[in-house]
Amino acid sequence: MSDDLQQGELAPTPSHHPRRRTDVDPRAAKRAEREVATLFTLGALLAIAFVVAFVAISPERTVSLPVMGETSAFNLALGLTFGLSMFCIGAGAIHWARKLMPAEEVVSERHALASDPEERAAAADVFDEGAEASGFGSRKIIRRSLIGALVLFPLPLIVMLRDLGPRIMIPKVMGETLWKRNEPIVNDPTLRKVRPEEIPVGGLINAIPESLPEVEEREGNLNARAKAGIILVRMDPSEIKSQQGDGWDYQGILAFSKICTHLGCPISLYQQRTHHLLCPCHQSTYDLSDSAAVVFGPAARGLPQLPLTVDDEGYLVAADAFQQAIGPSFWERNS
Amino acid sequence: MNSLAAKRRHPSAVLVVLFVGLCLTGVVYSIVGSATAAGATPQQASQTQIERGKELFLEGCASCHGIGAQGTANGPTLVGVGAAAVDFQVSTGRMPLAAPGGQAKRKPPQYTEEETAALAAFVATLGPGPEIPSESDLNFADADLAKGGDLFRTNCTQCHNFAGVGGALSNGAYAPGLDEATPKQIWEAMVTGPQSMPVFSNSTLTPDDKRKILKYIEYVRSSPNPGGLDLGRLGPVTEGLALFTVGFGVLIGVAIWIGARAK
Repeated sequence: MSDDLQQGELAPTPSHHPRRRTDVDPRAAKRAEREVATLFTLGALLAIAFVVAFVAISPERTVSLPVMGETSAFNLALGLTFGLSMFCIGAGAIHWARKLMPAEEVVSERHALASDPEERAAAADVFDEGAEASGFGSRKIIRRSLIGALVLFPLPLIVMLRDLGPRIMIPKVMGETLWKRNEPIVNDPTLRKVRPEEIPVGGLINAIPESLPEVEEREGNLNARAKAGIILVRMDPSEIKSQQGDGWDYQGILAFSKICTHLGCPISLYQQRTHHLLCPCHQSTYDLSDSAAVVFGPAARGLPQLPLTVDDEGYLVAADAFQQAIGPSFWERNS
Repeated sequence: MNSLAAKRRHPSAVLVVLFVGLCLTGVVYSIVGSATAAGATPQQASQTQIERGKELFLEGCASCHGIGAQGTANGPTLVGVGAAAVDFQVSTGRMPLAAPGGQAKRKPPQYTEEETAALAAFVATLGPGPEIPSESDLNFADADLAKGGDLFRTNCTQCHNFAGVGGALSNGAYAPGLDEATPKQIWEAMVTGPQSMPVFSNSTLTPDDKRKILKYIEYVRSSPNPGGLDLGRLGPVTEGLALFTVGFGVLIGVAIWIGARAK
């Protein structure tokens, strides 16, 4: 605009803003002043009320409110007083700015950001001087050792992220579970062994391997559990259309990994009339009467089936380990 | 109308609309969410009761389930479903069915307690099946609440939600909320596996386990909401949605107020 302005200086422009009532009427200004002061005072009082509520109200006390129902009086009082206190102070500040502070509109000019040529030349000179003084060009041993250090520096990163790399470096942990031949099946969470005659047609049992609690205790984490969970369902043998292996059921009792092959949610939303198993996370649906094939949703393959048999005492046990890795896909998975 | 048109540009109009919307949502929710529960006491079946049950059956049920309760194209056989299944279906109003569809809904029961008991007694004579739980079966006052939570979370939460408010299944089916069902009805549902629900018989979930689960359900139902509105107790999805819409609504309202020219 005008060249006589210095950088960053504001150019006053005639304001087209209609005059506010508070600008022309001293009484309106006085009233706005009182409103702002009232909001600030409210903010202060509510802050005090917060402290009073914190001391006076028992955290166990509940209060019944319309719509909200039975609610903690303590939390409600703390939230309301602190929130409204902050709101009143903020609203007072905005109200003050809108009604009483100057309301002229101003224009701030934008200028080219680059420095002028002399300054740039001076900076380049300083850089050259520094490079010369450091001896980077003449002291070869320093230069080479520095380059060597920088080349080797990413090594720790490669070591840390190696499991994103080729298969040889991956532990077999992804493909293995606690299930093995003759591993007893126990009810989760009661840990009772399961007899086939206990499961009615249409029944569902969430189960784990008998060795899981001990392994969990030893490892101190849930990794084994995350892979070992299964569900047992029983249907009329005539309703079973297909299985992942010959005779993997036991008199119509089928066992499947309950870890969704999409993203690993544990699932047991079994609809006994349709034999559909629904994953609530992304609606992948498996047909348990048909090899647990995916009938809907994003899962790429059916739930792995666990072959079943009974031991000498008539309890259900795994006839073998899972024949494929359970759970979601990973890069090195075979299928 | 003109005054409304003029006022809708008022800076506080956004806030007013937001407030009215919030109030409406709350009122509608409280109406939809309110409910009462009723239940019947089991009785010993007498011959006259069975006769009465048969009469009622021929009158109200035989058209779909068949004269001999053997089942027809319109309804399954009732041989061997047991008294518990009849008591559950009839006392929750699911049977008689209003219209065939994806799922029978809970509605006010069509039969009195006495008629329901008679129907159950009659169907129980057709073949052995799960029985109606006794008073002592349902006495869960001393049951282990923490174990009940474990059992509920493993066996029930998947479909009925961690707070027992229910959830969606596939093909139009859904798991109903447990807020209206009586302990007796919940027990009966477990042993009979109505509709989509799998069977949790007394051999897989022992009566002791069932009492623990009932204890947990009662605890969850009567728990207050320390954080305020429960938003259906559905978890982070509704909470996120509420925060997103209400929170952003309020922020936009405040931003409009800050940016508006003062008069």
